[in-house]
Amino acid sequence: MKAALTSRDALLTYAIIAMTAGIAYRFPAFITPSSLANTFNDTAPLMILVIGQMIVILTKCIDLSVAATLALTGMVAALLDGAGVPLALVIPAAIALGAILGMINGLLVWRVGIPSIVVTLGTMTIYRGVIFLMTNGKWVNAHEMSDAFKALPRLHVLGLPMMSWGAIAVIAVFAVVMTRTVLGRSFYAVGGNPHAAVYAGIDVGRTQFAAFTISGALAGLVGYLWVSRYAVAYVDVAGGFELDVVAACVIGGISIAGGIGGVRGAILGCIFLGIIKNALPVIGVSPFWQMAISGTAIVLAVAVNALQNRPKGRLILKPDVPPSAQKVQA
Amino acid sequence: MPTSAPVLSLRALSKSFPGVKALQDVQLDLYAGTVTALIGENGAGKSTIVKVLTGIYQPEAGEIFLDGTAVKFPSSEAAAAAGVSAIHQETVLFDELTVAENIWLGHAPKTKWGLIDVAAQRRQAAALLKSIGAKIDPDILLRELGIAQRHLVAIARALSIDARVVIMDEPTAALSHKEIQELYDLVETLKSKGKAILFISHKFDEIFRIADHYTVFRDGQFVGAGLMSEATETQLVQMMVGRAVDQIFPARVRNIGDVVFTVAGYSHPTEFADIRFSLRKGEILGFYGLVGAGRSEVMQALFGITKPSAGAVNLDGKVRVIRTTADAIAAGIVYVPEDRGRQGAIKGLPIFQNASLPSLTKTSRGGFLRLAREFALTREYTQALDLRAASLDQDIGLLSGGNQQKVVIAKWLATKPRVIILDEPTKGIDIGSKAMVHEFMAKLAAKGLAVIMVSSEIPEVLGMSDRVIVMREGRIAAELVGDAMTPEALVRAAAGLGEAA
Amino acid sequence: MSAPQSQNRHLPDRLQTPMARMLRSWEALLVVVFILIFTANSFASPYFLNVWNLSDATFNFTEKAMIAFAMAMLIIAGEIDLSVASIIALASTAMGLVMSAGYGVPVIVLAGIATGLICGAINGALVAGMNLPSIVVTIGTMSLFRGVSFIILGDQAFTGYPKEFAFFGQGYVFWVISFELFLFAVTAVIFYILLHRTNFGRTIYVIGNNPVGALFSGVRVARVRFILFLLTGLMSGVAAVCLTSRLGSTRPSIATGMELEIITMVVLGGVNILGGSGSILGVVLAAFIMGMVTFGIGLLNVPGIVMSIFLGLLLIAVIAAPKLIWRK
Repeated sequence: MKAALTSRDALLTYAIIAMTAGIAYRFPAFITPSSLANTFNDTAPLMILVIGQMIVILTKCIDLSVAATLALTGMVAALLDGAGVPLALVIPAAIALGAILGMINGLLVWRVGIPSIVVTLGTMTIYRGVIFLMTNGKWVNAHEMSDAFKALPRLHVLGLPMMSWGAIAVIAVFAVVMTRTVLGRSFYAVGGNPHAAVYAGIDVGRTQFAAFTISGALAGLVGYLWVSRYAVAYVDVAGGFELDVVAACVIGGISIAGGIGGVRGAILGCIFLGIIKNALPVIGVSPFWQMAISGTAIVLAVAVNALQNRPKGRLILKPDVPPSAQKVQA
Repeated sequence: MPTSAPVLSLRALSKSFPGVKALQDVQLDLYAGTVTALIGENGAGKSTIVKVLTGIYQPEAGEIFLDGTAVKFPSSEAAAAAGVSAIHQETVLFDELTVAENIWLGHAPKTKWGLIDVAAQRRQAAALLKSIGAKIDPDILLRELGIAQRHLVAIARALSIDARVVIMDEPTAALSHKEIQELYDLVETLKSKGKAILFISHKFDEIFRIADHYTVFRDGQFVGAGLMSEATETQLVQMMVGRAVDQIFPARVRNIGDVVFTVAGYSHPTEFADIRFSLRKGEILGFYGLVGAGRSEVMQALFGITKPSAGAVNLDGKVRVIRTTADAIAAGIVYVPEDRGRQGAIKGLPIFQNASLPSLTKTSRGGFLRLAREFALTREYTQALDLRAASLDQDIGLLSGGNQQKVVIAKWLATKPRVIILDEPTKGIDIGSKAMVHEFMAKLAAKGLAVIMVSSEIPEVLGMSDRVIVMREGRIAAELVGDAMTPEALVRAAAGLGEAA
Repeated sequence: MSAPQSQNRHLPDRLQTPMARMLRSWEALLVVVFILIFTANSFASPYFLNVWNLSDATFNFTEKAMIAFAMAMLIIAGEIDLSVASIIALASTAMGLVMSAGYGVPVIVLAGIATGLICGAINGALVAGMNLPSIVVTIGTMSLFRGVSFIILGDQAFTGYPKEFAFFGQGYVFWVISFELFLFAVTAVIFYILLHRTNFGRTIYVIGNNPVGALFSGVRVARVRFILFLLTGLMSGVAAVCLTSRLGSTRPSIATGMELEIITMVVLGGVNILGGSGSILGVVLAAFIMGMVTFGIGLLNVPGIVMSIFLGLLLIAVIAAPKLIWRK
């Protein structure tokens, strides 16, 4: 119990509560339900992407191409919509395309054995370049999109827009997948100890491939949501957003070395960044501060994490108190 | 016993890697309720056979028979499904998963929705742990367990797949004396449950203690097999090395001089306390103890890897402060580490760059490299050790363990140290190189170097040392000289037993 | 006594001469690629084989390459610095502030270089001092450094640098040799000597191949890492001086995404992204190849983004090719 109260997730929760309370003290309007719902809705795309990125990082890889994947699928979704394809087909198509783009990353990591940072550094420029090749750099604007296409993410159900429900659904599904399915536990096993994973019958490369596929599919979903919500598609949609995604993971305690972290931490990381982003205009600070603040948050998060996990030396001298690990069952 | 048909047998099995024939026409039989010891030097093909049996490697030729029918293990799942399970350091080590998950990963009980049944998983894990007498909470993360407890989890995992064949690859390597006894009991339990056990070990005493059959491999080939009750140690060693080896240590020229090195009151918050000893010129001081007694930790503190919380070092009458490895080397204290692959050799770099590394300031001029000097230095110090390699710019990672060790020793001798600390210097190297290292150590002492040798092998400690310090639980338990240096005295001091009645 | 039959065989220093090794190296392949691209370009456009055009083309890579040399050493040592482009932004902003305060060219240049060094020291202190993973630390400082630029500048820009300041990015030392090209050549030689000819360079490879082994061999690992980050910061500061001078203005978005081009250059140059191997010569060749490709495609009026697709494919292809061929 004590461990649960001092865990990383708990510390991050305290930080979020303290920060929100501080803001609310001066600007009570920030914590009205509608304002909080707004903040959540604005953070929804980040949350969906972070789930995918978290899985990739758990397997000791990194996906820098998420924002480019998002932009490409978003553009394709807008073009399909423009060609008169019904929305019921556009969304699955966006997800499928995202999954395929993720599979390309995954195959290069799994089958060719290129480090993921190199692969996704390459594909992030390639995917954005492909948007340019498809459109010649032209924008797809609001008036070129069908109403149904634009309406879905804003559609309110039970008081929340569909955008938020999308994020909630993804979080719920992956909370189960990560803890209760073989694949979910395999992500931890592969990142935690690749050698041992092989002996446990887990194919490390194939699991990494699955991680990239999921990350791509989720980016595909966000591609549609993003483009329809902002009602515009162009080459540089969500430019640099991959860094926010990685930042949220780091703040949420996902270890870059693989194998450590969870959905709860990742989402807390998103909420932390989301609150900063939405609170700045409220408290009257220029949005130009946001970048420096999230940068500082990343550095602090990784430093705190490292201090918590610092090796303390082997315990050889007879301890006065038996270590907690020796917890004996009655 | 051997009248019954084998549960698992391998026939004419071969496996090769680029440039190496790891296994050539080998055979192996495992019987129900019987422990078969697989014996061989490093590189004999023992770990390859484990990987073939667990479906990690695919053999090029030969057959695996399970109950007399030919089978194939295309993957580790297939091997597990056939009831073959391996326990070794790598088997179960997922620090961030719970004990129960470690036991059931890959074949966890499922709910009707296809999800992992967490409750059933926990319940069954607890039952398995109880059946082997392990008092471990199935819900805690593996990272909170010590090595011995991890072994128990690994064994529980082996039982969880209802294994018929259990492979134990050096299971006692990291265990303490007491834990080894518990493991022996467990092996007996497994035998009584009718499991066929393949037991791989370097330690003869333990092979004679628990094995029923033996099979010997040499250089990837089958040499012989038989009943332990009909074998002698000399016979087995002969089969392993292909020639008679008398365990004789080099004759020492004892030329012990004045005290050069004194350690007083060295302590660390968790690892060791109140370490004090002195070392003379030309002396070999043995450090004996069980694995995990804190010997390496003391040595690493003396070498500046970790910082002691208290204590002082005196070298040649001067007090030295050692905060970093560079300080230690400058003072003339060098350390040949136990974990050669990680701490000793810089794999990926050529032999000469490894050998010249701590002496770069000597071989270079004004900070600029002089390769000719590096080659000359390397040649000077590796020649004396009879290094076997293709050339001096060969990657050290391509050498055998024994030859890597020679390069590591050469690298330290090139710094002209006053005190050399050798941590398990012959662990995991072939018998030929072992004798070479022993002989060389004797020569170093004869030349006036002060030598500290950490070793867990009693014959080595007794055969090489002038004096022995025994450590237990981070403290010095005994210091033995002359006639007091007997195997019994070492074991008693290390295990914390009183004098024999 | 079981003395091994030791008649001391003579071990050769090397089996391959350095020349033979060179011919089979990655660098040799890069030379071939460079010649092919150069030839293709000269056939594709009549404007290519003009010394002034070629001289202009070098501006495509000189600033990036200066940072790439330091980055190569950092990557060989098993670390990475993703904050370099943000250091440029912050250094450029610092120069703008100093310029606005009325200081002259020497102070402006010093401000840029000093900012680079300070940023490098911050990265180095976090990574080497606190033992944090460099990829995460520099993702953080990447936001932090550029974020500070945004705080200072917002959507404004510094313009109006003194006329003499233009020399660093627009001036020529001799005939077609621009100051940037000259500086590129000088830094290439310095870094070549530092990495391949000094004790310091040797320890970089040692740390990259086995950091624990390096520590156990008396290498001052943390100190080397710190110096490498400091050097990368310094070169980013130098590049910021050149780039700001060339553009004649400072915006907080200056050099956005340049870290990726620099890392591409380093990896294309044969530096193992996982650390342990690579050479300055390879990075120099990669810089020329990237510069020539950009220039050639530019002459054909192909937009820059298409060029980036090509570089992305090139990056993956050059790493994949040897792996796929080796497998057979």
